[in-house]
Amino acid sequence: MRFRPTEDQRALRRGVRELLEARCGRDALRARGARIDRALWRELGRAGFFSLRLPEAEGGAGLGLPEAALVFEEAGRVLLPGPLVATHLAAGSVPGAADGTAVVTRVDGGLVPWLEEADVVLGDASGAVPVRSVDPLTPLHRVASGPPGGPEPQAVPPSAVLLTAAEQLGSAGRTLATAVRYAKEREQFGRPIGAFQAVKHLCAGMLVRTELARAAVYAAAVTADPVEIAGAKLLADEAAVQGAGDCLQVHGGMGFTWEAEVHLHLKRAWVRAELGQPAARSEEVLAAAL
Amino acid sequence: MDLACTEEEEAFRAGLRHWLSTALPALPPRPPPGDWPARRAHDRAWQRALYDAGYAGVHWDASPTRRLIFLEETEEAGAPYVGANFVGLLHAGPTIAAEGTPEQRARWLPPILRGDEIWCQGFSEPDAGSDLASLRTRAVRDGDAYVVTGAKVWTSHAEIADWCELLVRTDPEAPRHRGISWLAMPMDAPGVTVRPLRTLAGSTEFAEVFLDEVRVPAANRVGEENDGWRVTMVTLSFERGTAFAGEVVACRRTLAALARTARENGRWDDTVLRRRLGRLNAEFRALWRLVQFNVAEAEATGGVPGAGGSVFKLRYSEARRELYDTAAAVLGPDALDLSRGWTIDRLSSLSYTIAAGTSQIQRNIVAERILGLPKER
Repeated sequence: MRFRPTEDQRALRRGVRELLEARCGRDALRARGARIDRALWRELGRAGFFSLRLPEAEGGAGLGLPEAALVFEEAGRVLLPGPLVATHLAAGSVPGAADGTAVVTRVDGGLVPWLEEADVVLGDASGAVPVRSVDPLTPLHRVASGPPGGPEPQAVPPSAVLLTAAEQLGSAGRTLATAVRYAKEREQFGRPIGAFQAVKHLCAGMLVRTELARAAVYAAAVTADPVEIAGAKLLADEAAVQGAGDCLQVHGGMGFTWEAEVHLHLKRAWVRAELGQPAARSEEVLAAAL
Repeated sequence: MDLACTEEEEAFRAGLRHWLSTALPALPPRPPPGDWPARRAHDRAWQRALYDAGYAGVHWDASPTRRLIFLEETEEAGAPYVGANFVGLLHAGPTIAAEGTPEQRARWLPPILRGDEIWCQGFSEPDAGSDLASLRTRAVRDGDAYVVTGAKVWTSHAEIADWCELLVRTDPEAPRHRGISWLAMPMDAPGVTVRPLRTLAGSTEFAEVFLDEVRVPAANRVGEENDGWRVTMVTLSFERGTAFAGEVVACRRTLAALARTARENGRWDDTVLRRRLGRLNAEFRALWRLVQFNVAEAEATGGVPGAGGSVFKLRYSEARRELYDTAAAVLGPDALDLSRGWTIDRLSSLSYTIAAGTSQIQRNIVAERILGLPKER
């Protein structure tokens, strides 16, 4: 059983992490706001972020969904903004997507992220109206969609769902690490708050959800099975949303401030939970497979 | 990163599958839960069959992947799990293998593998549960024996066991963890009294064991005197590692049966219930993947399953309770009928967040050993 990242895959993950951490610091993120940094987008393109899964003959790296999942996990960890999944999936079919010279978005359920910044919009975005997006780093438009739980008129492909889940996994890992670091540093009653079981058990719960989601996301990346992908999305959404909420709680009053990073993770996790296949849809897919 | 097995592993699976197809039809039906002598005979016969076929030591010396294949295939085939051999195969045996002398290994290990001798576990006490290191059962050296007095509790299979792996206090003056020794106690020794405890499910799955000046030969001590805590902890993670892996397979089968029942009785049309079943499908699929992930990790690092087993146990024990609560929602009023198997299973599922270390203790382990948070004291 070799169900763990190989040496090459770990090296890829390290490389992506170094690149992203240098570009997505807290201040850089906030300075850009809801705009796409075109220079960074092209740099991502040059680094193979979008063309990763294209055959080498077409300028890609010839890698698979497992590698893409590891890369998108890193993107989620640092809150990398932009329609990353849509552009990645458009590589090879939309000119400019692979090398990062084009920004591609898609209609996803009843939402269109990054509509005004995108060069190409996949799906029918006619009549889209702007939303005051809860996530300050993800502009959103609304388009008409069917009743909740009904068949999704503009459903996204399973690989897009999986990569969105991978981003959620990265976010869950980051909020866990942030909460643990704070719990070790912050002292009350003369000791680090992480020494108290009430705080400790919150953190343990975050780890359990993250590790279960990791096993689900990695396995779904290997099998590419739509039912397994639905399960991965469901569990990764849970890990990201609840993880950010618990991280906020561990930070106490600081967690409720605009200054702290945690609200950005929570809001992005909410957005991603709606994109790519929301929980109700995933649960129906999983129920139907029983 | 992949989920495939090697050719050798697939050959192992095929061989096992073939053997199960011939061995299982020859196995007598499982005796009723209350008939302990019959259960002992049944579990011994199954272990003997495994021994004769060369599978007896799979929990000890097979690679983690082969162990997982064994658990998966035996469960898929509906074969018995370790049953009364649990302690012998999954704790006492591995402890003796790791820490015993050559004489001790030769005396105790072959009978465990053959299914000849059944072991039970004398760890918890009325005043030492989660805080196991506070145990007070005393062992006083008298010549070539220890004289043991005290009480143990939650001892599964005590009524039918030949041996008990016993933790005793040999130095009451030493710091808590350093005054404990590990003894193999014959259950037929004078002074041993077993009193079965009735569980909330109505059965007698475990017992209290009272020890009144029981003489245990000093030669039955595994490890050094006062080193019993370390001796025990070496293999305790076995219980939390892959010991429950087969049950995940069984839970997935139960879930499929729940879906069938719900489709038949019309409750499938209840959107809330249907989605709850869908969520459980994600849960148990992912738990199986988590087992595989932990096994791959153990294989790569060459160690026994570590704290990752606690992560699995925490989530699995909760998922199992949710599974049988959902079964009750599928059954409706029938969930109150004890003649329905799922009703008994629902009651039994309540023990999973308690046995083998409560969820609260597991969260401490996870927070301190994996996340590195400071100890409470």
